[in-house]
Amino acid sequence: MTISRKDIEKVAVLARIRVDDEQVSALEKDLGNILDLVDQLGAADTDAVEPMAHPLNAVQRLRADEVTEINQRDAFQAIAPSTENGLYLVPRVIE
Amino acid sequence: MQWDIVIGLEIHVQLATRTKIFSGSSTAYGAEPNTQANAVDLAMPGTLPVPNEQAFRYAVMFGLAVNAEIERRSVFERKNYFYPDLPKGYQTTQLERPIVGPGYVDLDLANGETKRVRIHHAHLEEDAGKSLHEDFHGMTGVDLNRAGTPLIEVVTEPDMTNAEEAVAFAKKLHGIVTSLGICDGDMSQGSMRFDVNISLKPKGSDTLGTRTETKNLNSFRFMEQAIAHEVERQMDILEDGGTIVQETRLYNGDRDESRSMRTKEEANDYRYFPCPDLLPVEIDDSFIEQARDSLPELPDARKARFMEQYGLNDYDAGLLSGDSKLAGFFEDAASHGKDAKLVANWIQGEFSARLNAEEKSVADSPITGAQLGDLVVRIADNTISSAGAKKVFEALWSGEKDNVDAIIDAKGLKQVSDTGALEAMVDEVLAGMPDQVAQYQQESDPKKQKKMLGGFMGPLMKASKGQGNPKLFNEILVKKLGG
Amino acid sequence: MHNKSVAELSRELESGQVSSVELTQQFLDRIKREDGKYNSFITVTEEQALADAQAADAQRAAGNVTPWTGIPFAHKDIFCTNGVRTTCGSKMLENFVPPYDATVTANFRQAGAVCLGKTNMDEFAMGSSTESSYFGATTNPWGLGQGEKRVPGGSSGGSAAAVAARLVPAATATDTGGSIRQPAALCGVTGLKPTYGRVSRYGMIAFASSLDQGGTMARTAEDNALMLNVMAGFDPKDSTSLDREVPDYTVTLNEPLKGLKIGLPKEYFSDQLSPAMEQQVRNAVREYEKLGATVKEVSLPNAKLAIAAYYVIAPAEASANLSRFDGVRYGYRCEDPKDLMDLYTRTRAEGFGTEVKRRILVGTYALSAGYFDAYYLKAQKVRRLIQQDFINAFEEVDVLMSPTTPSPAFIQGEKTSDPVTMYLEDVFTIAINLAGIPAMSVPAGFVDGLPVGLQIIGDYFSEARLLNAAHQFQQVTDWHQREPQ
Repeated sequence: MTISRKDIEKVAVLARIRVDDEQVSALEKDLGNILDLVDQLGAADTDAVEPMAHPLNAVQRLRADEVTEINQRDAFQAIAPSTENGLYLVPRVIE
Repeated sequence: MQWDIVIGLEIHVQLATRTKIFSGSSTAYGAEPNTQANAVDLAMPGTLPVPNEQAFRYAVMFGLAVNAEIERRSVFERKNYFYPDLPKGYQTTQLERPIVGPGYVDLDLANGETKRVRIHHAHLEEDAGKSLHEDFHGMTGVDLNRAGTPLIEVVTEPDMTNAEEAVAFAKKLHGIVTSLGICDGDMSQGSMRFDVNISLKPKGSDTLGTRTETKNLNSFRFMEQAIAHEVERQMDILEDGGTIVQETRLYNGDRDESRSMRTKEEANDYRYFPCPDLLPVEIDDSFIEQARDSLPELPDARKARFMEQYGLNDYDAGLLSGDSKLAGFFEDAASHGKDAKLVANWIQGEFSARLNAEEKSVADSPITGAQLGDLVVRIADNTISSAGAKKVFEALWSGEKDNVDAIIDAKGLKQVSDTGALEAMVDEVLAGMPDQVAQYQQESDPKKQKKMLGGFMGPLMKASKGQGNPKLFNEILVKKLGG
Repeated sequence: MHNKSVAELSRELESGQVSSVELTQQFLDRIKREDGKYNSFITVTEEQALADAQAADAQRAAGNVTPWTGIPFAHKDIFCTNGVRTTCGSKMLENFVPPYDATVTANFRQAGAVCLGKTNMDEFAMGSSTESSYFGATTNPWGLGQGEKRVPGGSSGGSAAAVAARLVPAATATDTGGSIRQPAALCGVTGLKPTYGRVSRYGMIAFASSLDQGGTMARTAEDNALMLNVMAGFDPKDSTSLDREVPDYTVTLNEPLKGLKIGLPKEYFSDQLSPAMEQQVRNAVREYEKLGATVKEVSLPNAKLAIAAYYVIAPAEASANLSRFDGVRYGYRCEDPKDLMDLYTRTRAEGFGTEVKRRILVGTYALSAGYFDAYYLKAQKVRRLIQQDFINAFEEVDVLMSPTTPSPAFIQGEKTSDPVTMYLEDVFTIAINLAGIPAMSVPAGFVDGLPVGLQIIGDYFSEARLLNAAHQFQQVTDWHQREPQ
């Protein structure tokens, strides 16, 4: 299975990772090799097999609707790159 | 060309849980920015979600209320996209196995017909935070207090054919979720948000046209306007031979304009997959039965009861039963006011007009149902005239006094209903208006005669200093003037 | 002192022969003196450790003791430590100081253990050599005598090297595809990856949520048992944590192995394995026969598909798990982003290393429209086939044994140019994570002066049996006591 430059560029946008032309070339080779490895899956007969999302056959436990958290804004925002008036700042978002 | 309009709705309903869907942070509205965003809500590294049982209970209650199937084993998926108000870079939602399966809601239309709107499904998901675009030196500020608030997203089939049906559905849904107590229904705070999918097709055609989605409408009025606006926009394009672009649009209610959103964005690819941090949620019979037992009276049942118990007609009962707070107000008033029909008229008249004028909800009303009931008692027993009643209502509304009888006394609004006194006044007024009396008596058309009676009422009310009972004046006049 | 096990140190603290402060100081001195050679620590928390040791001594004086009171150890730098930088081996978290503890961290704190620092690892646990760390590669203490710098394995290579070099008697680790067992094997120490759900993942920075599991690393099986006693247990903060009783894992260590049924999966003794490695593993199995175990060959017919399934599932989960590193709320943020897209794409391009980006891109691709069924869904189905193989095997035998790795520690740089060659390092370990069962690596000999690991694989929640089997082996062998020169 080969992966095209166009696919790599598209996936990089989806994943929000900037890649330059040189990196795309390297990725073309590396991702191609990884996908070759992964293509072995095609050999398996999985017609009657249920997908397995999880190793354990357990069900979700639900939490009681009780407030357990206190305001720790100062502690969390002390490690934030950019805040003002309690808000996280990002470059202007235009909708 | 004639067109059929096809409308489907997606409604985000914020659930009135105390805590978020995946964390123990409070969901209270209006807190200082980011003071209700804990490590899980902020997607701090290594943190994990644990679902809130109440959110499931509410979703199941909703499902039961809309006659839907409940999914016994529902699954959460991750919907991947980047946005500053989405801390994890994915929204935890349900795609393949939503908690609420197909159901329906029946609408009573103004023309007396019943319209069934099918619900495709409703799923649980987390709300995003809020981006504030005010100026922070050209930056956007992000508040994540709302991030993780539980929502159910209700998705209808495209069963509605005009704005009236869509709004009727929206109101009905509002009535259902507020009656259930699973949502506070406060649209100004974003507790319910509507996305409208609209397409047009040539009249009678079976092929659906390309649809647009108008997002985040937060009032019934905007919804109605946005539909009208979008239908007209699409019609103009189609009739000019153009084609509709499938897109998301944003409607500006203040300007009655809409524009395309995210035009530059690459085609979305949300890469849904089952969330590996969560296990399948199993809902068993006892959970469902407990939810069923906890269902309060819903609008349809309430409407039937209002007709039965209070003798309201279909129209009045429909209007008063939809919203649980309004219904409660009516019942408080009716239990005091005896005359339920008159109570209904007052609620739909003066009371609703004042709420609308001041953009208040029933919950914010300065007067109570009991006070309105007391007022109606005094109208019904002829203690006050309708003009006097309006003055009492004003006094109650403004908070001058809170007791109806005390207001009537203080303002001297008590009507004179002593027939002898009133007859004397009529005699005196008629004696002073011989021409009008003669005109009346020469008139053969009873309709015109009835109109002419009004000419005597002014002077009579003046003579009685506004306190004569107009109904009695009327009866005495007819008798004295002869047939 | 540095050659002593946790169990031995615990007894010495108890008898008053040494204080925790003295012990802590000795190990800190040793780290200062020796770790230049290995780079096994990213952060050493000297002041905090001495304060904790003092507190532990006070606790002991007050009579509040656990087997861990005052014992020095280290955390893999993937476990969040309140107030102590937690990097996950990444530039993205170079200055990240979490204001909260992982549950595992809190458990050791509660037990009175003294954390000396945070150990090096492959960036975001993605790697098998601890060469992808932003903080530089870790060097295996073994092989240095031959003048070659060899990898300690990964991703928990810092923990394995630190334990092998006697810088700490024990260290926490995590295992997504072999990240405990492979470095334990390559460094000649004992490591355990528990059953998925046995140890809380809360505060353990996620790589692939359905595969990640925290575990133990020490020189002896007994110390692994002592660690698991602290780490295992239900955590209401982790939905995938299991509410199931935790036994005292030390109690069953001495049970005899007579009648233990051992299965040797034939697929794990294939031509990928060098004859010298195979010889060591077969010798180890013979020791078990001497202890009364019986041995038979079994088959895991789908095991060959494990790497393929893993390199879809793990990157897919990782691609979403790592989306939170966006430069908005914490962690690295690029300089002067000109708009939102620039903030995201440059922060993530600059903050993540090559292998992490590679896996995010593979995972994004595998989940994207048009490929989901062929990759992700198919891999999930193969995952079930692999699980079923193990279920079938455990109907016949009690434990499975195999080599942990196909070859001993390789030279640094040897496999960095081709990611797929590196991936094949985990050929014997990866299927275990897909199934979610527990497995250990136990030192079982040497090839060319480099340690060889025996992998012991058990059924779900059979940690006590694995530790028992490993402990009994260590009563009759001394591979785990050998010290690198």
